[in-house]
Amino acid sequence: MLKSETKLILEVCDLHANVEDQPILNGVNLQVYAGEIHAIMGRNGSGKSTLSKVIAGHPAYKITGGTIKFEDNNLLDLDPEERARLGVFLGFQYPIEIPGVSNLEFLRVSTNARREYEKKEELDTFEFEDFVQEKLKIVKMDPAFLNRSVNEGFSGGEKKRNEILQMALLEPKLAILDETDSGLDIDALRVVAAGVNKLATPNTATILITHYQRLLNEITPNYVHVMANGKILKTAGKELALQLEKSGYDWIEQISSNKEENQ
Amino acid sequence: MTGQNTVDKLVSKPYKYGFVTDIETEKIDKGINEDVIKLISRKKDEPEFLLEFRLRAYKQWLKMKEPNWADLKYPKINYQDIIYYAAPKKSEKKASLDDVDPKLLETFDKLGIPLSEQKRLSNVAVDAVFDSVSIATTYKEKLAEHGVVFCSISEAVVDYPELIKRYLGSVVPISDNYFAALNSAVFSDGSFVYIPKGINCPMELSSYFRINSGDTGQFERTLIIAEERSSVSYLEGCTAPMFDTNTLHAAVVELIALDDASIKYSTVQNWYAGNEEGVGGIYNFVTKRGHCRGKRSKISWSQVETGSAITWKYPSCILQGEKSVGEFYSVALTNNLQKADTGTKMIHIGAQTRSTIVSKGISAGKSSNSYRGLVQIGPQATGARNYSQCDSMLIGDQASANTYPYIRSQQPQSNVEHEASTCRISEDQLFYLQSRGINFEEAISMMVSGFCQDVFNQLPMEFAAEADKLLALKLEGSVG
Repeated sequence: MLKSETKLILEVCDLHANVEDQPILNGVNLQVYAGEIHAIMGRNGSGKSTLSKVIAGHPAYKITGGTIKFEDNNLLDLDPEERARLGVFLGFQYPIEIPGVSNLEFLRVSTNARREYEKKEELDTFEFEDFVQEKLKIVKMDPAFLNRSVNEGFSGGEKKRNEILQMALLEPKLAILDETDSGLDIDALRVVAAGVNKLATPNTATILITHYQRLLNEITPNYVHVMANGKILKTAGKELALQLEKSGYDWIEQISSNKEENQ
Repeated sequence: MTGQNTVDKLVSKPYKYGFVTDIETEKIDKGINEDVIKLISRKKDEPEFLLEFRLRAYKQWLKMKEPNWADLKYPKINYQDIIYYAAPKKSEKKASLDDVDPKLLETFDKLGIPLSEQKRLSNVAVDAVFDSVSIATTYKEKLAEHGVVFCSISEAVVDYPELIKRYLGSVVPISDNYFAALNSAVFSDGSFVYIPKGINCPMELSSYFRINSGDTGQFERTLIIAEERSSVSYLEGCTAPMFDTNTLHAAVVELIALDDASIKYSTVQNWYAGNEEGVGGIYNFVTKRGHCRGKRSKISWSQVETGSAITWKYPSCILQGEKSVGEFYSVALTNNLQKADTGTKMIHIGAQTRSTIVSKGISAGKSSNSYRGLVQIGPQATGARNYSQCDSMLIGDQASANTYPYIRSQQPQSNVEHEASTCRISEDQLFYLQSRGINFEEAISMMVSGFCQDVFNQLPMEFAAEADKLLALKLEGSVG
């Protein structure tokens, strides 16, 4: 009942994708409504990261079936930059270093690209400096990182803060955070999680891809999905994550393969 | 559509300067021989000594062979199929700009180099060379107030024969190499700069070379002399129309810096590069050399090479004066089927001489881009130091980059450092930028300009931005 009143942001239907002719996604179905936080868990190689990259439009993956709808747009028809401008944001598991390109300039150009789509005013260098100072507080990041090359020589934690900073600047409708917690110590994890919580609004949605319960102690999901073999096998409330922490993934995969045999 | 394929689809934007000016041109017959050289000399009313210089060079040239050691493959050039002199008619006398054919002024306007009084670039004096002749030099009078001479080399031959006699061919001897010998025999025009003792040239000097005729070679000659404690910053730019035949451009540039003098020479080279299939374009064979003759003198070359089908160019410094300094900052971008073999020579002769080389090569399409450099430390060059950094960037998977550093040291008390790197713009880097809303072309251009920053910082301010734009334009295209 509640769902029909809130807005559907993302709808993934029977999504199949290959990389170098290897099937990685084998029929993913997922619906994400405004105001929701979803966690996707699963073993390494289950397809979690692939799903996030396919939604963002990484060119290495070939879509072999299914659809992805984002609000009223068919995402698969759009280039990665168009998806970003619509409000899809992917926080990278391993943020990429780009030598020679100033972080500040990069942040400004990307922020303005998104703002242009949103029909907001373009920020000039000075306005942007003020804007970015505000957002830096959310991730407690040292302004010195603005003057360096994008992610170059940043520690793992600094890279992740830079990702959340980008999320804060771009104000996405859908944020997909791919193992944002990996490689973070507990303090950094709290800072990042606090940033994510602060940025979550009733009009936006978040997908967390993670291996660990500890992130979900900081950010409470509405739904927890378990992926295996390129499919979502089970969906439940936040308690599922605790169960996984205790018992691992075997039991779910067991149930699912029994089901398939019975069919 | 993978990122790689998308990169491959990157095609040069149509060349913006490819138009031809429809103007009556006086041309001599094709081919080269002693009579042609005499004819050129006569047309320019040259003194006897210059004709002798030309004829000596011609005799040397006949004995020489076209060099083939560079990483450049191109069809054999038929030197008898080239016109060695072409000039717009009515332009012999150029007492004032009013006498210049309006079509020519219009041409330079279109190229973004306004010559007329009202629209001139402020604080940049321009010598405009069209095919074989200089058609106008701006701010001449203002410069003359400071004793600075800035004129075409043809005028200098008449007005300052002593300086020409003394310095022409003193840095690049007529027998230096095949193309320099050819240039010495048939050079048509170019710029001449003389900065007297103790004068810092009050404005940027600039030459703009425009090839207009398709079958005419351009052989310009530039000579810059900086007397003791003087300094000058000089910039050259070049464009040519699009023809489906190749045009030969063989220039010689000589710089002389005396005690405590400094010369900064910047080039933004944008000759027509040929089309995507490699048809047409300029063959650019250039000899540029600076002689730091005086103590503590300094010569700095900065170049942004984006055009030409073939580039063969090694701006060099002979560091003779004690504590003299040579610098070479280069960005060479090749796309489609362009081939560039470029670099520098730093010849350390004097004690405590220093040189810096920063070279950035960017290869896209199916192009090939080589850095070739020599650092030579002579036996007298105690305490000489060199630092070289050669970085290559590959865009796509069909381009190639090579680095050929040669180091010869005859002096144990010297220090030579060489660093080299090659990188490729990765699919992941592009995706990262794209996933933040930055479009593909802008992403590439951000990375390329980041890569070139060290060199752009060396360019005169007005031109750094222009160079940045030029690179972006070169890489921009119809994607997907």
